[in-house]
Amino acid sequence: MITEWILDTLIRALAVGTPLLWAALGEIYAERSGVINLGVEGMMILGAFFAFAVAHTSGNPALGLLVAGVVGGASALLHAFLSVTLRANQYVSGLALAMFGLGLAGVLGRGWEGIPLLNTLPEISGLTYLGVVLAVVLWFVLYHTRLGLVIRSTGEAPAAADALGVNVARVRYLAVVFGGILAGIAGGFFSVAYRPSWTEGMTGGTGWIAIAIVIFAGWDPLRAVWGALLFGALYYLSFRLQTWIAPEALRMLPFAFTIVALAATSRRRRGEGAPEALGLPYASGEK
Amino acid sequence: MRRLGPWQIDRDPAPRGWWVLVVSLGAIASAFLAAGALFWAFGIGPARAYSTIFLGTLGDARAAPEVLRQAIPLLLCGVGLVMAFRAQFWNIGAEGQLLAGAVAAAGVALFAPLPAPLVVPAMFAAGFAAGALWGLLPTLLRLKLDVNEVLSTLMMNYIALFFVEWLIHGPWKGQEQRGFAYTDTLPPAAWLPLLPGTRVHWVTLALGLALAGGLAFLLARTKLGFEIRVLGQNPTASRYAGINPLRTTLVAMLISAGAAGLAGVGEVAGIHHRLLAPDQISLGYGYAAIIVAWLARGSPLAAVLTALFLGLIFSSGDVMKVTLQMPFRVTDIFNGLILFFLIGSERLLTYRLRRVPRPAPHATAVSPGPERQTGAGIPEETGVAESK
Amino acid sequence: MLSLRGITKTFPGVLANDHVTLEVRSGEVHALLGENGAGKTTLMSILYGIHQPDAGEIRLRGRRVHIRSPRDAIGLGIGMVPQHFLLIRRHTVAENIALGLPGERFVRPARRIEPRVRELGARYGLAVDPRAAIWQLSPSEQQRVEILKALIRGAQALILDEPTSVLTPQEVRGLFDVLRRMKQEGHAVIFISHKLDEVTEIADRVTVLRRGRVVATLPIAETDKRSLARLMVGRDVEFQVRKAPRTPDGDALVADNLVVLSDRGLPALRGISFSVRRGEILGIAGIAGNGQRELVEVITGLRPARSGRVRLLDHEVTNLSARALHEAGVAHIPEDRMLMGIVPAMSVAENLVLKQYRYPPFSRGPVIDRQAIAQFARRMIAEYEIVTPGSDVPARLLSGGNIQKLILSRELSGRPEVIVASHPTAGLDVSATEQIHTVLLQRRQRGAAILLVSEDLDEILALADRIGVLFSGEIVGIVSGAEADRERLGLMMTGQRV
Repeated sequence: MITEWILDTLIRALAVGTPLLWAALGEIYAERSGVINLGVEGMMILGAFFAFAVAHTSGNPALGLLVAGVVGGASALLHAFLSVTLRANQYVSGLALAMFGLGLAGVLGRGWEGIPLLNTLPEISGLTYLGVVLAVVLWFVLYHTRLGLVIRSTGEAPAAADALGVNVARVRYLAVVFGGILAGIAGGFFSVAYRPSWTEGMTGGTGWIAIAIVIFAGWDPLRAVWGALLFGALYYLSFRLQTWIAPEALRMLPFAFTIVALAATSRRRRGEGAPEALGLPYASGEK
Repeated sequence: MRRLGPWQIDRDPAPRGWWVLVVSLGAIASAFLAAGALFWAFGIGPARAYSTIFLGTLGDARAAPEVLRQAIPLLLCGVGLVMAFRAQFWNIGAEGQLLAGAVAAAGVALFAPLPAPLVVPAMFAAGFAAGALWGLLPTLLRLKLDVNEVLSTLMMNYIALFFVEWLIHGPWKGQEQRGFAYTDTLPPAAWLPLLPGTRVHWVTLALGLALAGGLAFLLARTKLGFEIRVLGQNPTASRYAGINPLRTTLVAMLISAGAAGLAGVGEVAGIHHRLLAPDQISLGYGYAAIIVAWLARGSPLAAVLTALFLGLIFSSGDVMKVTLQMPFRVTDIFNGLILFFLIGSERLLTYRLRRVPRPAPHATAVSPGPERQTGAGIPEETGVAESK
Repeated sequence: MLSLRGITKTFPGVLANDHVTLEVRSGEVHALLGENGAGKTTLMSILYGIHQPDAGEIRLRGRRVHIRSPRDAIGLGIGMVPQHFLLIRRHTVAENIALGLPGERFVRPARRIEPRVRELGARYGLAVDPRAAIWQLSPSEQQRVEILKALIRGAQALILDEPTSVLTPQEVRGLFDVLRRMKQEGHAVIFISHKLDEVTEIADRVTVLRRGRVVATLPIAETDKRSLARLMVGRDVEFQVRKAPRTPDGDALVADNLVVLSDRGLPALRGISFSVRRGEILGIAGIAGNGQRELVEVITGLRPARSGRVRLLDHEVTNLSARALHEAGVAHIPEDRMLMGIVPAMSVAENLVLKQYRYPPFSRGPVIDRQAIAQFARRMIAEYEIVTPGSDVPARLLSGGNIQKLILSRELSGRPEVIVASHPTAGLDVSATEQIHTVLLQRRQRGAAILLVSEDLDEILALADRIGVLFSGEIVGIVSGAEADRERLGLMMTGQRV
């Protein structure tokens, strides 16, 4: 009975944690290359809308997710252009992307609210397990391959990487777009699997929590799994507790917990901190 | 650098005011063009959209004050953010601080047994304090534990949002309301006077203007302002100069968050006269204030103009909602695009277009004599890799 | 083997290279000599593909080449060891070397090159552990990694930009051995320096740059230090600063058994004691990273002492704030001018009162008096000959030497009792350096106690009355300036007590 309950909680947590994991994994790669993208929430909500719209029109939720990934990647491209090519302030650009995404999804999604989706993906879908596999693969690539070395180097010391012939701008573009693709899919998960429907603002701030997970996972894909699981459990618990506690108060929980977790993990050992060039634009050669 | 006929594009180490203005206006114009393209894709001709907007806002004597009305919370939040940004504190939490101020104001009006003339002052005082308090935790976390303030202030926004939701569904739910989630109407003593025929609660507006003027003076002419500027431009130098970073950041942030709290008071006491759903108290003023502050480029006085501009965007949102049946979220599209173009155009600020006489043949070798070393030369030893 | 012809490069307002021609042969060490700002680094950045020349051409083994990026340069067999190492601090030596190496396998590329790193290290005398993280290495070891990085990429020509500035005299000898071995193996070495002793010791030929132009290219055998100095500066140079004799008075600054932690929480100063007397310059020599920064910061109130005491003119001042110490008469000329010494975006006038703004006459109550500040600024600009378009322009528009003069004038305007000067002339040209040395000696004459921290042994030897050597957070010894010699100081810099 008890073990069943724990197992059930765990599986549910995993399900809720899935979009957090996907978005966090993508953001880890972007940040490891030196670009912080605060637009996760915007990319996710765009992904959620397009996934729903495509899944509803085509009847194929997997196609919806695919399009969500493309849309997420395309919106990340905007951020990459501003922060890499134009060397604009990455924090502000990310915020702008979050605003823009929420706005566009809100405008496009008018008239789609309340429509049920007939073909959906199960709540515990391949996406959940794929996320865990992806984390392991991304961890291996980051720490044990040439590609990972290049990505980490552009995030730590772009000038050093540049001097050895690494195309810093290209690496950063690719990492940011990759992050956007994962964020888009993460958003799509909400609208075709988790809550098969479309509501405005349905990602509900999970994009920001994904960014927080990146920080206390120490920019490590494997540890992001635990972070996503923890927050998934928190979300799930806050549903279960609704019998006793007001739902509005419970919905504060993940956000309050994020602040606590950020504070608790703020002092770190060397080597676990943020990439040294995170957030800093890099211009090679000619000024 | 590049030559275009008699013109030359140069690096400009110190951009002039008019050029900043030109670039900013250009960015805004581009954002409107891009938004127009989006409308077009959406099946609304941009010309029609913009003419509708114009006729519904500035072009209509009765609607025009709405621009001013929407600019009030934007001004208070925006001026506050200017202060925080000047101290290099990325306060993204004006939205939550505004809500905290709204809660405090409603609380005072509903529950404090005060004589009528004291109610409004007490509401503003409580609102300022509540906003400041809401900003205090992220500030302390940043100063003591180095917690990223962008995320912590954002989280505080969500907490404030659900806190208000909880209040209006639970303990503060009005007795007289049935089915609706909001508090009882505030007693009339808590209502702010309006300019006749408008919804402009001029007390809050006056407060915002006074704050803009006061903070401009503070930054330019006082020791505290000097300290905030040093801290914001170069934190290492501020330590070296013996400036207490804790105290300075804290003061800047308390002003910033308190100002947002005042905006919340204005919305509750001036417009709604009750505490209601958070997305009705604030239409995203706290987030849009980031643009107000960014456009103002560090000047509290310029924030008066930029707040008016954002007020125009918000009332355009209202018009589009009513006339074009667009969701109000359309303002977020504007805001996002404006911000994109604004920061994207900043690189242009570092260049200037100069008219230079056609060089005589073979006269390219300008001797770097002593008279040339006075100016803006980039010392060659440091000219290898600019990484910031 | 390698020739640059008629290279011209302008930056806004500065003509960095003016028709520079340079020929380098295989199997030679070719020195590029010039003052700070003469155009050496720009020229080498062009050769390495970081900058593009406005005019001129580069030929390699007679063939004209276009080097558009460092990648092109590496492909052509040109390597560079920059002055500020381009290493990734958190990565291992092998990872740093493997990064971007063509033909490396995809999985675990760093592991694969470890044997080659060891083999090359043995061949050239560049031993370093491939699995160590860069931040664990000494500057000398980091330099070896930079050289290995170039060699493993098949560099036939190697550019070394001011390679000795981070080394002890003994380590310099080790580096020269490496360079000689490279010469024997047929490499061409371009050795950038402004130190005449080193150039005459290691170089086969020398090219002298002044203000962006080549003034001469000579075999080293046909010249000497004095004529090279004249070529470099354009006039006769005094090798010795004229230092008037002065008998120091009583102790002004006393440090007693100071223990200070670094940013990482490790002990950076392990119980050091010394005193500086009025009218005396105590030089602190040592390789960067042995506690110099922490020493300066603990005395100027920017870092707390774990234990031990600091006394200033018989007052206990341990762990007072930077502000209190400034008020007590400690002036601080910081190591990093742009990062700490000024606020680049604020005006020259505001920077001149960066510490004094809070006292009369610059402010009354909470309000600042801008007139008084402008007046003070005009006086300082005149007195210290700060070259600036005005007192209200941003300080970042000034040249390095003028920024340092700005800092100096601000710090010395309060007639301090103790002056802590950290690397006061790093990166400045000869005339600015002379001016700053003169000012410091004047203050010594007037009875200030000066703690001079510098990596430049020549500067320390020229100015200091006594010299303390810092190694690994301890003072290895304090010797009298008159008796000190480079050899002995060099040994002390590696921790040997002599």
